[in-house]
Amino acid sequence: MAMYDLIIIGAGPAGITASVYAVRKRLNILVISPDIGGQAALGGDIENYTGYQFITGPELALKFEEHMRKFDIQLKDESVQDLKKTGEIIIVKTNKAEYQARTVIVASGKKTRELNVPGENEFKNRGLTYCATCDAPLFSGKDVAVIGGGNSGLDAAIQLERIAKKVYIINIAHELTGDEIMQETIKKDKNTIVYNESKVLAVLGEKMVNAIKISRQGKEEILPVEGIFVEIGLIPNIDFAGILEKNEFGEIKVNCYNETNIEAIFAAGDVTNVPEKQIIIAAGEGSKAALSAFRYLNQHRFS
Amino acid sequence: MAKHVVVYSSPTCPHCLHTKQFLKENNISFEDIDVTADHQQAEIMIEKSGQMGVPVLDIEGDIIVGFDKEKIKITLGI
Repeated sequence: MAMYDLIIIGAGPAGITASVYAVRKRLNILVISPDIGGQAALGGDIENYTGYQFITGPELALKFEEHMRKFDIQLKDESVQDLKKTGEIIIVKTNKAEYQARTVIVASGKKTRELNVPGENEFKNRGLTYCATCDAPLFSGKDVAVIGGGNSGLDAAIQLERIAKKVYIINIAHELTGDEIMQETIKKDKNTIVYNESKVLAVLGEKMVNAIKISRQGKEEILPVEGIFVEIGLIPNIDFAGILEKNEFGEIKVNCYNETNIEAIFAAGDVTNVPEKQIIIAAGEGSKAALSAFRYLNQHRFS
Repeated sequence: MAKHVVVYSSPTCPHCLHTKQFLKENNISFEDIDVTADHQQAEIMIEKSGQMGVPVLDIEGDIIVGFDKEKIKITLGI
């Protein structure tokens, strides 16, 4: 079996940047990821990635991908299921095969947190969605609900207020928690209604969603909507990483060299406990992790 | 003869971009319908696929939801 110098798990901003750094160090690498671009590809407008005064998430993700493809990098469209270390060999098992490497960078990012209420699975893509950027335009002229009052919830609501008829924001906290500048936009819009101290109890419908059951300040009610946009945060993709130490949020613990509790396994980006989840930070962390892996390989000189 | 391929998509959706890129890379010509610009076509897509997510591919009656590379390959025989 081929022995890679480095396997990178994930191809979001962290994984892609790590791959570019590693390949420029002439490491023999493999990138394993079921998607390219990660959450960046699903984002809305980006105005704080240095060098781009304005770019959309999908466009920036495409730039990352082009950069990676400029090099001859091996990429496997597979999902990692297990990660283990025997002696000085790290074994990465996917849904299709098994690979071996001297070092690994876990850059698997985060995924959308689900509501875990009755009707959620049944109505996925039948009115219920986790990607406002993708699906908002399909709800023109309809009443919709955004679940979540944080930044991504408000971002979704702002995208929707130009398209939908009425936008309800179902917010579990006492008041909205997203950025002030977005809250101001929300408050100015007459068709957006905020329900604080409210949560979803069930998703209702027949073929498609036609309502949600909510608890609003302790009282149950049925809200007729045809679209539901779930924006209640993210959870790390760590199902395969049982051997790595995590914090209370399930994020992989790393030090400032991106080292985990296991020697030769590094982690970078949103899947780690690095403070602040930003595209530019994930990219920077990816480069650091690649340089740390390179240093480790240099110190050990495996033949 | 090449199969007639219709892609229902939205201009902002990343999976749509990837789907179209994949088809182009494989020299598959397709009809691209922007469901955000054409409400009637959006309804047709929902009717055909029984759901509202994009992209949806209609390959001569075979409906594929999402960027399902394997299914697309099998359906097109590539």
